[in-house]
Parts: sequence; C-alpha cells; structure tokens
Amino acid sequence: MRRGIAATALVATLALAATACGGDSDGGQTKGKGGELAGEVTWWDTSTVGSEDKVFKKIAEDFKKKHPKVTVKYVNVPFGDAQNKFKNAAQAGTGAPDVIRAEVAWTPDFADLGYLAPLDGTAALKNQDDFLKQAAASTKYKDKTYAVPQVIDSMGVFYNKKMFKAAGVEVPKTIDELKTVSKKIKEKTGKTGMYLRGDDAYWFLSFLYGEGGDLVDAESKTVTVDNAAGVKAMNVVKDLVTSGAAKTDATDGFDNMQKAFKSGEVAMMINGPWAIADTYSGDQFTDKANLGIAPVPAGSAGQGAPQGGHNLAVYAGSKNLDASYAFVEYMSSPEVQAQVTKDLNLLPTRTSVYGQPDVAKNEIVGFFKPVVEKAVERPWIPETGSLFAPLVTEYTKVLTGQTAPEAGVKTTGESYRKLLKGWK
Amino acid sequence: MAAADTGRPLVKAAGDDIVSRGPSRDAGRHTPGKGPGGLRRALSTHWYAWTMVAPVVVVIGVIIGYPLLRGIYLSLTDANERNVERTIGVNTIDATYQYVGLDNYVEAITGSQFLGTLGWTVVWTVACVSITFGLGMGLANMLNRRIAGRGLYRVLLVLPWAVPGFVSVFAWRFLYNTDNGLLNKILAGGGIDAVPWLNDPTWAKFAVISVNVWLGIPFMMVALLGGLQSIPSEMYEAAEMDGATAWQRFRHITLPGLRPVSTTVILLSTIWTFNMFPVIFLLTRGGPGDATQILVTQAYKFSFEISPRDFAQSSTWGVLILVLLLIFAVFYRRVLRKQGEVW
Repeated sequence: MRRGIAATALVATLALAATACGGDSDGGQTKGKGGELAGEVTWWDTSTVGSEDKVFKKIAEDFKKKHPKVTVKYVNVPFGDAQNKFKNAAQAGTGAPDVIRAEVAWTPDFADLGYLAPLDGTAALKNQDDFLKQAAASTKYKDKTYAVPQVIDSMGVFYNKKMFKAAGVEVPKTIDELKTVSKKIKEKTGKTGMYLRGDDAYWFLSFLYGEGGDLVDAESKTVTVDNAAGVKAMNVVKDLVTSGAAKTDATDGFDNMQKAFKSGEVAMMINGPWAIADTYSGDQFTDKANLGIAPVPAGSAGQGAPQGGHNLAVYAGSKNLDASYAFVEYMSSPEVQAQVTKDLNLLPTRTSVYGQPDVAKNEIVGFFKPVVEKAVERPWIPETGSLFAPLVTEYTKVLTGQTAPEAGVKTTGESYRKLLKGWK
Repeated sequence: MAAADTGRPLVKAAGDDIVSRGPSRDAGRHTPGKGPGGLRRALSTHWYAWTMVAPVVVVIGVIIGYPLLRGIYLSLTDANERNVERTIGVNTIDATYQYVGLDNYVEAITGSQFLGTLGWTVVWTVACVSITFGLGMGLANMLNRRIAGRGLYRVLLVLPWAVPGFVSVFAWRFLYNTDNGLLNKILAGGGIDAVPWLNDPTWAKFAVISVNVWLGIPFMMVALLGGLQSIPSEMYEAAEMDGATAWQRFRHITLPGLRPVSTTVILLSTIWTFNMFPVIFLLTRGGPGDATQILVTQAYKFSFEISPRDFAQSSTWGVLILVLLLIFAVFYRRVLRKQGEVW
C-alpha cells in the first residue's frame, strides 16, 4: 500500500512538472494562412490606473478589428515598477511582454542591454518623418530605431482657480512669487499653497533647470548636478518645504499629491498631462474649467521643464514579432493618437495629428504644445534612466532635513561619476 | 539523524516485501557479508532509506546549495546587469564579467555605507527583539493566569500572526499616512499636530520598529506561554510557603524555567529580525532617503532597484550578512554553554 502511494505521488509530481514546462510554449504562431497575422500580443502599459488605463485597454483590444486573428493581452503595470519588472523578465527570458510602453529614458537603457528589437525596416515604423523630432530623439540608439514615440509630455503648474480667486492671487511666474502666493493662500484659506513630490526626483528637474543647472552634460562628458546651480536648486526646494510654501511626502507621493489637489487641500501642484484624466475625477474639478495650467515658475536663471513621454518598444525575444510590429504601428497611428488626445488630453507625437481640428481645439494640448517645444531635452544615453536612483535618495534626504543641500548634490555627483566611467 | 531513524521501519517493511514477492533478488541480499565493506552494506541494507532521502537532498542542494555557491562566486567578480550572460529570443549575449578577488569585500568593509547600514541594522534588531521579548513575556504571564475571557484574548493576540505579513504592513502604511492616515486623524481629534510618521527619519525608525514589534509579539507570546505551562506549579506553591514574593518567584522560578524556550526564541527572533525584509521594504522602502535601510533591503536595492543592477555588490552584502549571523549564532551558543546550558 505504501508503495502504491509513493508511486502515485511520483507520477503526480512528474505530471505536474511536465505541465509546468509545457506551459509557455504557445503563441509561437506568427502568421496564419495567406500571410495573415495571428496569435497573441501581450502589451505592458504603464498609464495611470483608474483613469487612463481604461481608454488604452479598449483601444489596444480594438486591434482585433483590424486583425481578427490577433488577440491583444492588455496588462497594466504600475509605472514605478515597470522598468524593474521588464528587466527581470527580459533577462530571465520568460514572462516578458511582446510590447512595452517604455518611458523615454528607459528606451536607450533597454536597447543597450539588448532587450529591444530594432524597428528599422519593419512594419512598426510608418511615415517616420511625421514624428516630432523631439519625440523621435529618444527612440534612437547607436543609429538604430528601437521604439516608436507614443505620447510626449512636459510639466506645468496645475492650479485650482476657485482657491486662487478666494485668496485673491494670480498664477506665480517665479519661485519668489510662488512663495508669496502660497503665503497668501495659507492666510486666506488656511490651506497649503503647493504640493511638491518628495519621493521622485523627476519633480526636482524643473527647479534645477530654473537655476541653470542640469544633471549631466553629455557633450563635454561632465557631471553637472553638483555644481553651484545644483546646490542652489536643492536650496530652493528645501526652502519651499521648510518655509511651508509647499508640503511633501517621502512615500506614496503621487497618490498623496493627487488626493490633496483633487480635494482642495492644496491649491497647486507640478504635474504633467498624465495626471489630467485623474485630476478631473476630483470633487474640486467636476467643473473642468476650475483646473488651470501654467508654466512652471522660473528660477533665478530661467525657466524650464523636462521633456518626457513614452515610447512603444518590441521585446527582442517576442515570439510574435510580426504581430507586435503591426500593433506598435497601430498604437502610434494618427487615428489612435487623435482618439487618445480626445479621451485623455495626452499630446500626440505626430505632426499631422496636431493639424486635426479636434486636436487643434483641445485646450490642454494648446497649453502643453508650446511647453513641450521649449522643454529641456535630456541626453539619450543608456545611463539617463539610471540617474534618478542616486538622486532621489539625496533629494528626499534634503527635503526631510537629513542632509545639507551641498552634501546631497555632492553625494549624487559621486555616484554619477561611478556610473559614468571617465566623466569629469 | 531523523532520516535514518524514520528509515528503519521502512527498510524492514520493504525488505519483507521484496522477499515475499521477488525471491530472485535473494542472492543479492546475502552477498554484503562477503563484500568489500561498510559502504556497500549500508547501501544494500539502507537503500530504501537513501532513496527516500535522495529527493530531499537533491532539492536542498538545488534550492540552497547552488544559489549559495553562485552568490559567493558572484561576490568575487564584477558582475552587473550589463556584463552577465543573457538570452533574448534567439540572440545570446555572452558573459564578460571578471574575477576581481576580494575587491568587493574590501570596498564594502572600508566604505561608510556598509558600516552605516550595519549600525542601524543592529539598533533595529536589538530594539525589536528586546521590546518584543519584553512585551511577549508580560502578555504570556498575564494570560497564564486564570482570568475571564482568557481564550478570547489569546486568539486576539495571535491575530497579527494569522494575517499575511504584507497585508498587515500595507494596512499600517495607510494608518501612518501623514494627511489621510487614521493615526493622525485620531491625534488631530485630541488636538495634537500631525506626526510625519514615514516622512521624518526618526519617526520612520520608530514606525518600522513598532510594526515589527506588533508582528513579532504573537510568536514570542505563544512560545513563552508554552514554556510557562511546562513549569510545575508545585515549585510556585513551595516558594509561596517559604514566603517568596511575587517578584522573587518570577526571578527565581519563572525566568530559569523559561530558559530553554527563551534562548531559542531569542536566537530565532534575532535572525528573523536582522533579515526582516517585508516590513522595511513595504513600509518605507528604506526611506526617507535611506534612513531605515537595513542590510537586506540595501542588498535588494543593489540588485533590483539601481541601474545597472550591481549583482556583485549585492551578493557581497549577502555573504557578509550570512557571515555576521553565523558569528552571532556561534558566539551565542558559546555564551550559553558557559552558563551550563545544553543546547
């Protein structure tokens, strides 16, 4: 009897192992009869959950209407986790999606690691000259194209018009004005002026550019984050928080920021087009006209916001490359871009789309288009995506009073020099 | 040991089975006496035991032995994300990392980052274990008496243990939220200003220790309660007859009586807390800045959060953590042995 049990168990284990091994061998079929695309395409999207994701899911699944034999599997991966998740999966060789929505700075990093399929000469690139030059820049690495621009963005100050009226203030154009405006808002309404994200160094960039600084200078191969402008910018953000002009958090920054702004706890936040759909869902913005958007306040040396955006890239190990190329082309086509702009107010990456009447009339696009054109472009080197990890630790430390601004940028600079071998 | 013990009856049963069913094997079963030696005899008499143990040995070798050796090897190289072997579709990119000897260890031990993180890890471990042990001991003593609703209290106190760790840590994260968290709303009701639980380095340290204590108490309490119940009540009666006070009874009967249990739980709890990844990672991700970063979470950061991922550095820290815990265990054992504890 004992033996019987052991034998059964052994057989069961073997059977389990066999099914586990055989689990992921499907989806290999690229073309059905007569060259028709078939199979499954998995897409990892990173758009904001609860607002943007629904629209993208629907649009992605509509790909079936064009290619009835292709099923698109839509997966929303939180933006904060997607870079690591994709790297894990791509390196392990299992579980990676066919198509990923890669942030502009991730694209050269993934390409450099060999995870992306070059798209030149494939169906993914159509009418390439139509793409905005700025948007296309991040998709190129070592003379090859590794992605297709999906959306482009930059940052601005989002403000609550009702609260501004109640406090009797105008939109601040400089950081000094921002401080006086915040003070007035506090006096008149009892609310905090601005929310500044303290857990993501991307929000530090517009202050750094405002003081004339930058993270690195790729042309002269110099680390610039720790120069005088960098120190000054760190002092500016620290002062905003310690003076009470802005509040911040070291964790859950995005959610806390959206919640505070949507419920009228703060009157301003710095944010980008990706937050618009979610912001409109707040109590304060049931009347959409209450949301005002203005350029980020200028620092002592000028005004500037980072240029960002997202690309669509195809995983080099995809088992369904042809369908993936077609899907990427579809998602970046003028029709889909116009639809996305209509539903979500995101900025298209094709020049032709801006000419369409619906898009041309869109107020948000009307505001962000000139901002994006003036926005500061980051160097598209593989390490660009690696520059935030060391910076955010120090940025949070400065904002929470653990490190002096000088020491903060100095430590960041040291990590950059370790990362960028041979740079000054 | 255990495997050999349990193997015995099985061998007998199996042997009988074979004899009754397959006489043709008889010849083989008689040869060992004349054979070359013990090993063969051991194999032939205990083959069934060895067969039964083999899967466990193989599994342990694969899931513990291989990663351990691989980790030690990686810590002697400069492996990172850009130079390890990777297979993407049909393309294979070969590994180009090199052996660098003990460079990583020298860098870790002489740099300020490892020692700084180690300092906080030790503070965190000592604070968590001592507070958990103290409170667990107190609660166990209280629940060991006959009080009304004892069963209910016991169940309630074991609750933190019953909830999956990540669920309770996430719940705590919501409670600690500065603007929207329940804790600050309660404080506001009492007219106290909002406390920046996870935004201020000192408060964040306090917050992570509290959550870990909350999570650790059930284990301590249950273990100590078991220990308390094994102390014979006659000893307390005798002490009472001799006029010993409550404190004297606790000091001279309860504490020595709990000794075998408490040494074990302290050792286990120290090792667990030293490597308590989920609490730190899910609550603060080591932040604000790196104020609450302990050795394991920093090692994780090296190999999964920074870019390019530094596998060599991460495994170096991993090996150092292992070494530190081994030293602690050996040292702890020696101290106990000196005090006459058989362990």
